[in-house]
Amino acid sequence: MTTVTMTVNGKNVSADVAPNTLLVDFIRNNLRLTGTHVGCDTSQCGACTVHVDGDSIKSCTMLAVQAEGADVTTIEGLAANGDLHPMQASFKENHGLQCGFCTPGMIMSAVDLVKRHPNPSEETIRSELEGNICRCTGYHNIVKSVKAASEKMGG
Amino acid sequence: MPVENGIGAAVRRKEDQRFITGNGNYLDDMNKVGQAYGYFLRSPHAHAKINGINLDAAKAAPGVVDIFTGADMAADGIGGLICGWGITSKDGSPHNAPPHNSMAIDAVRHVGDQVAFVIADSLQQAKDAAELIDVDYAELPPVTDISRALSGGAPQIHEEAPGNVCYDWELGDKDAVDAAFASAAKVSKIDLVNNRLSPNPMEPRAALGEFDPGSEELTLYTTSQNPHVARLIMSAFLAIAPENKLRVVAPDVGGGFGSKIFVYAEETVTVWAARKINRPVKWTADRSEAFMTDAHGRDHVTHAELAMDDEGHILGFRVSTKANLGAYLSTFASAVPTYLYGTLLNGQYKIPSIYVEVLAGFTNTTPVDAYRGAGRPEATYVVERMMETAARDLNMDPTEFRMKNFIQPDAYPYETPVIMTYDSGDYPANMNAAKGLIDYAGFAARKAQSEANGKIRGIGCAAYIEACGIAPSAAVGSLGAGVGLWESAEVRFNPTGSVTVFTGSHSHGQGHETTFAQIIADKLGVPIESVEVVHGDTDKVPFGMGTYGSRSLAVGGSAIVKAVDKIVEKSKKIAAHLMEAAVEDIEHEHGVFSVAGTDKQMTMGEIAFAAYVPHNYPEDLEPGMAENAFYDPLNFTFPAGTHIAEVEIDPNTGVVDIVDWAASDDFGNIVNPMIVEGQVHGGVAQGIGQAMLEGVVYDDESGQLLTGSYMDYCMPRADDLPSFKIDTTGTVCPSNPLGVKGCGEAGAIAAPAALMNAITNALGKDIDMPATPEKVWRAANA
Ligand code: FES
Ligand code: FES
Repeated sequence: MTTVTMTVNGKNVSADVAPNTLLVDFIRNNLRLTGTHVGCDTSQCGACTVHVDGDSIKSCTMLAVQAEGADVTTIEGLAANGDLHPMQASFKENHGLQCGFCTPGMIMSAVDLVKRHPNPSEETIRSELEGNICRCTGYHNIVKSVKAASEKMGG
Repeated sequence: MPVENGIGAAVRRKEDQRFITGNGNYLDDMNKVGQAYGYFLRSPHAHAKINGINLDAAKAAPGVVDIFTGADMAADGIGGLICGWGITSKDGSPHNAPPHNSMAIDAVRHVGDQVAFVIADSLQQAKDAAELIDVDYAELPPVTDISRALSGGAPQIHEEAPGNVCYDWELGDKDAVDAAFASAAKVSKIDLVNNRLSPNPMEPRAALGEFDPGSEELTLYTTSQNPHVARLIMSAFLAIAPENKLRVVAPDVGGGFGSKIFVYAEETVTVWAARKINRPVKWTADRSEAFMTDAHGRDHVTHAELAMDDEGHILGFRVSTKANLGAYLSTFASAVPTYLYGTLLNGQYKIPSIYVEVLAGFTNTTPVDAYRGAGRPEATYVVERMMETAARDLNMDPTEFRMKNFIQPDAYPYETPVIMTYDSGDYPANMNAAKGLIDYAGFAARKAQSEANGKIRGIGCAAYIEACGIAPSAAVGSLGAGVGLWESAEVRFNPTGSVTVFTGSHSHGQGHETTFAQIIADKLGVPIESVEVVHGDTDKVPFGMGTYGSRSLAVGGSAIVKAVDKIVEKSKKIAAHLMEAAVEDIEHEHGVFSVAGTDKQMTMGEIAFAAYVPHNYPEDLEPGMAENAFYDPLNFTFPAGTHIAEVEIDPNTGVVDIVDWAASDDFGNIVNPMIVEGQVHGGVAQGIGQAMLEGVVYDDESGQLLTGSYMDYCMPRADDLPSFKIDTTGTVCPSNPLGVKGCGEAGAIAAPAALMNAITNALGKDIDMPATPEKVWRAANA
């Protein structure tokens, strides 16, 4: 067992975990933040995407101990004081989700995408979201959601 | 006057708030106090006898609670999994139904077959212990290819299915078809493979069993599209627990596409084991297990022939198909290549005679069952690839050839030679609309432009039809279904005017919480914020047949309408009493009850309150405002339409670029156009996946699954797909009170044929799905 300490959604958290514990398992099992999902076992689907020190990462590709001291944001921490993040609101407004399982990872990736490409073209959005699989929407409305949010986010 | 958020409005979804904030409640998000973790030891072999299983070392491993095998379940009197649809072969014999144990007893028949269930305090401990189990396998030669499995001399998979045959089924008038071919001026032929697919909802399957020794109630939380059916099967056939002591709950479910209809071994083992160890136990599949054990879809090999006169009118259609059912019969497997396939081979056309035969068999592969469209994509693929081929043989424009043979809008009801009665439609209108959307007329110029750029351009369409709203119980009963396919609903007013709707339909992405609330808002004037839709819990919902076959709105929604009608009828009596008028004089519109010819009126809310506080109330009328209804559909519904794909191929790389996609669909009336469009997008994406990217591949010699992860199985990603032009042109469905037809599967049904018609149009030759760059490059450069 190793003690890990980090900031998650603005709160200091600390727990004893086995050294091989993945960050996603730490988030889901230790912190009970179940908005971050697990959709695969080969780091392909992006359902587990969170922000670590401001950048989106697949939390199944990282050990909890590697996030020691980091500032982690999960989908639960994205809305500020009860106000939806523009990306969250845009997914709802543009029907960018159906079953919702890919959605937290998709939104976390999309927020990072817009940070790096403030005014993304459809092509940029599609290629940037290549690491997030959605089986429900056919991506059409996800692309629309991200585009609309990027405009609101002041791109 | 339209009601706010009523029928026809693109209402933003009520359920989204919890999903976009990470507050969804999917199965693996649930945990129970004292919960243990289950892990399945699975067969690494495609086909082997089990001579013995030694659990001693594993049972002694740290944290292990218990380990069970198939023998333990059998000793406990737990039955095998069943197939709920009986198919009769040509010779009158029932289909061969070999035993399907939840865990192997003496043999394993596909890679991933369950061998033992290890339960431990932690998942890691369960996995570690599983490695200590010693299974003595005697390997047998496997067969995964359906043609080889049925060809004689192939390895025999089940004693009960000689020659690996499940059934040899036929439909239609063989003599009439033979006569049509004898008189034909022109015959076109085609050979097709419908590739095997893995459904891949993004949420892997999971189960959590819990036993309450006090009430003796057993609860199964599971990723199901139809929890009541799961309870019925587990109770009646497996004897897990009587129905009144078994509760099945499907919370938020992260996609299904058919794969979560079926009762799976893992669910039955998990819930049974929870009682054995008297402790909650949770099992969650990882993606590798999903590839090995979620029921696959499709896997047909087909030869088809079309007879025509010298003007290109269709005279007869002959189809012969081999269907791979996998190692065991899954819950509805037998019906998919028969009554969900052969009955749709008429397509949108006037075809005087049709004959289809289907030889279905077993292989050492994952069981095959319904996957989005279930039988109807296979039928559409055969019909629409056939029409394209015939048009090419005749040197006719393929859309003109279809136009020439379409059933006309004034021909309904239209009886097909394959036992369906189409009730409504306007196929030429959909075809023309789709052609307009994609500028079909301008294709030649675009093709020339591509050619100038060294690219090859192609266009192709699919005019599909499906039978949805499954299904009239008597009709499906006569065809072998073991269940009725009605739906139930309860509409319950709370005294303060809010409404709870209990529905037997199950939402796993379809947005029922919104669509069904819109029906209540429209019919009873209750704001959608005050309508709660409850589904997915056998203890809460009276009964339900679940969600599949695009049936939720047509069947489940109709049950809600029937319950609403009862609410209105009762409310009129109360309104008449309170406003001192005759019941016949009470008029109702959107939740407002008025006395004809006066300005007296009452709202639904006031009446509901009066029903719960019946101080001034009609004699002989029961208090309360809650009504139940069951709805059994009168007919299938027949969504139809045309999808057109346009592609540009780079002959140097074989990469296919989908440059445009247009669709005009007839879904009947539409409750929420935003949700309907989303359903089409998702369906088309899955159809494109089948046509260009996806395919389950087994090594026929070793029986190993070669596409067992997202590294090998190519899922459609955002950069593989275009945006879509989707339009609807509706004819009202006459057989249900909402006039709706269903939209969930259309895209997946239409897309593969449309895209393959476009690709083969560009290439000038046929290739099979998936049209990978390698295949396309070879065809372009041969
Ligand atoms: S769970 Fe992390 S990428 Fe799939
Ligand atoms: S919304 Fe279901 S997987 Fe994306």
